[in-house]
Amino acid sequence: MRRSSTRKTGPANPASSMNSSATDIFRSASSKAIIKELERIDHLFNLYANRSSGMIDPEGIEALCSDLEVDHTDVRILMLAWKMKAEKQGYFTLDEWRRGLKALRADTISKLKKALPELEKEVRRPPNFVDFYSYAFRYCLTEEKQKSIDIESICQLLDLVLGSQFHPQVDMLIDYLKTQKDYKVINMDQWMGFLRFCNEISFPDLSNYDPDLAWPLILDNFVEWMIAKQS
Amino acid sequence: MAKTVDLEKGWEEMKKGMAKLKATLEGQSDSPFDSEESVKLYTTVFNLCTQNRKSDHTEYAAELYKRYRSAINEYINETKETWHIFSERTSERWSNHNIMVRWLSKFFSYLDRYYVVKQSLPNLAEAGKACFHDLIEQEREGGQIDRDLVRSVVSMFRDVGVSGIELYENDFEVYMLENTSVYYARKALDHILVDSCPDYMLMVEQCLKTEKERVSHYLCPSTEPKLLEKTQHELLFVHANQLLEKESSGLSRLLEDGQVCISISVITNGLESVSTIFREHVTSIGQALVRNAADEASHKKVESKDIVGFPEQVFLRKVIDLHDKYLSYVNGCFMNNLIFQKALDEAFEVFCNKQIAGVSSAEIFATFCDRILKKDGGSEKLTDEAIEETLDKIVKLIVHLHEKDLFAEFCRKKLSRRLLSDRSVNEEHEMSLLSKLKQQFGGQFTSKMEGMVEDLILGREKQVEFGNYLRDNPHENRGTDMSVTVLTTGFWPTYKSSELNVPTELIRCIEVFSRFYTSNTRNRKLTWMFQFGYCNLIGRFKPKPIELQLSTHQAATLLLFNTSERLSFSEIMSQLNLPSEEVKKPLHSLSCSNYKVLIKEPDNKAISSSDVFEFNSMFTDKMRRIKIPLPHTEEKKKVTVDVDRSRPFAIDAAVVRIMKSRKALGYQQLLMECVEQLNRIFKPDVRLIKKRIEDLIHRDYLERDEDDVSMFRYKA
Repeated sequence: MRRSSTRKTGPANPASSMNSSATDIFRSASSKAIIKELERIDHLFNLYANRSSGMIDPEGIEALCSDLEVDHTDVRILMLAWKMKAEKQGYFTLDEWRRGLKALRADTISKLKKALPELEKEVRRPPNFVDFYSYAFRYCLTEEKQKSIDIESICQLLDLVLGSQFHPQVDMLIDYLKTQKDYKVINMDQWMGFLRFCNEISFPDLSNYDPDLAWPLILDNFVEWMIAKQS
Repeated sequence: MAKTVDLEKGWEEMKKGMAKLKATLEGQSDSPFDSEESVKLYTTVFNLCTQNRKSDHTEYAAELYKRYRSAINEYINETKETWHIFSERTSERWSNHNIMVRWLSKFFSYLDRYYVVKQSLPNLAEAGKACFHDLIEQEREGGQIDRDLVRSVVSMFRDVGVSGIELYENDFEVYMLENTSVYYARKALDHILVDSCPDYMLMVEQCLKTEKERVSHYLCPSTEPKLLEKTQHELLFVHANQLLEKESSGLSRLLEDGQVCISISVITNGLESVSTIFREHVTSIGQALVRNAADEASHKKVESKDIVGFPEQVFLRKVIDLHDKYLSYVNGCFMNNLIFQKALDEAFEVFCNKQIAGVSSAEIFATFCDRILKKDGGSEKLTDEAIEETLDKIVKLIVHLHEKDLFAEFCRKKLSRRLLSDRSVNEEHEMSLLSKLKQQFGGQFTSKMEGMVEDLILGREKQVEFGNYLRDNPHENRGTDMSVTVLTTGFWPTYKSSELNVPTELIRCIEVFSRFYTSNTRNRKLTWMFQFGYCNLIGRFKPKPIELQLSTHQAATLLLFNTSERLSFSEIMSQLNLPSEEVKKPLHSLSCSNYKVLIKEPDNKAISSSDVFEFNSMFTDKMRRIKIPLPHTEEKKKVTVDVDRSRPFAIDAAVVRIMKSRKALGYQQLLMECVEQLNRIFKPDVRLIKKRIEDLIHRDYLERDEDDVSMFRYKA
């Protein structure tokens, strides 16, 4: 069979068939829209930002939350921070704000509010969720060289991040964390272990938990504690 | 159409046919045996069996079966002589025999198919061979059989087989082995309940010997291992537990009474069970020893809780003897078999790690060594060779200790005590023990202790140098004879330095030595440990002067009385500049014990802070020179705590070492290698290792692999 000659398939590329001015119009039209969007985003930023620091600070965030009609301890704010890749807890910089809102295609408060459910769905998708989960931990590290978080805060964080999805596990885990005395802080490795535990181990029977595997020791202790409680 | 055939008539037909076949085979027949004849014979059998369907036709069938067997037997008997004589035609004979069997089976195949299956009798072909086996069984029961005959038959099997040994193995051997099993199973049952263990073992030995013989006489050599295995299995393995635990004659008793018979060496398959019993036996004896020692320790009135009493020493002596005894069994009866060596080690591991009267096994072992190496080791006054031998044996037992690092620490503390108070029997013995330990456990185990012993040796040289120095510099000589031992920090256990207010007589000497030492060495700092020194003072008592051998602290206390006759406790304490505990000890030894060099008010046995002391000028003793001992307490708890604290670091070091060389390793593997490395020092707790790994992750030495959570990576 003769080899068919290479042909361009599909509709002709408008950019190549039209003259350059059309491209410019096209580009400028879209770029004008983009510029407008950016302007609105920045404008929104300035509504909440602190004049002197040039960032949105906790006060500003609280104001934002009330406008969004979301409690400032709501997990969706954390999700927003994740989308923004915000670094410092309680603060949003302009870059972070731009990043987040652009990705959400939200340039007004109402659009932002409408984007929240979609954001939540996005976050809960498994590959994103692991990333979000570890982000949540890092976000709480406020001091410079800090690597662990105290038990009290961890319990709150657990509830916030996993409470809706793994309610029974989280309840028991929090109960245990508060009563045990071996650990006063939790590190990232243990934190990630909690998520793996919730995902993999059947609850409350814990039948497939094997302490000989590389689970963090705190989970070995937790399982022991649970088994003792159940008997 | 079935004709009613009478059995006898039918049988006549069969006999005629068989005879014809025989004749054909012998080459004696004129007319060859043909298919027509064979069909006729088949039909005859068929008819015999199937007629009289109403009545029980199995009657005929049973009869036919019997007659078939006897026909074969007859044939064998008839032709036995022929076989024997015409040996060159033996293979032909065998194939003829086979053909005969085959044909006959064809005739009787109806029987085979229906009757035999119904009655589960061995099928005809097997029945033919069973006749041979009967012969063997006959022999087993003591009957005489014609061995040569059987041998030639067997070799026929081998030669005739199309693919070599297959015919032999498949047709003959398989059935023979089965037969063997059945036979010996029966025999075992007969004897196991009746015989005592030694008798039974003798029987076993006998049977094994006979079977071996049988093989060499007329069976194929490849059969031997299979035959022996079957025999042993039925006789020994199946009844192993019964054998071993037989009351009053089982293996346990035998071991106790020292009558382990050599036949055990014959067993190759029952070893596992025997070794288990062996291990349990040794363990139970060992644990009984532990219990005895514990009982004795609790009953004995011990003066001070911290001093390990003598029952522990007796205990270890017994353990050594136990080890010797059972090691000789392993080497002798069990011929150094690894399984038994392992069983012995496991047994010892169990009870060598038990606490006795609250004293850890590590300390017990250390105290034992201490006594051996001390000058006045209580009742143990041993010759040099005896000491060496005992040290050898105890080191072998130390291998079983789990907490070797704890043992090493106790050893080190006791060594220090021995060396500093000059109570070591002999430096050579000390070094000998250290080199034995080094051989077993590596240099790291003993490096500090070796350093300690060397310090003393060097110290003596230094002393000579110091003497020369004083001679060369007479103005430095302050009149008081002083010798100093310099200890290298790090080798020796850490001691708090004494803050004693040094008596003036001593101060000058100390300054002289310091000058000498710094002139001789570089970058060294001397810290004086007065709690370990000793002095000779001359006490000018009214009756007579007496030389007192005292510790420095005691001497310093007494020297205070040179300036005042009476001193209160608080005055003494402030002048000595020592903590109250350190003041009470010398005062107690000088005023409340055998030698009352000081008079105490009030005159009771305890020192209290309100006491007042006075120099006892009337003190005297029949000796001109007395030594006033100062009891020392062993800080046992501190040793255990120190060692416990050092273990996490040892684990950290091991983990880092392993990960550094492997770069990435799975959790279980890491755990395994860690335990292996650390076992030389102590038995690590798995949870502690896990904890240390997590700590190392936290400190960024390791990280968990992103994709595989059970894998760790080394972070450079």
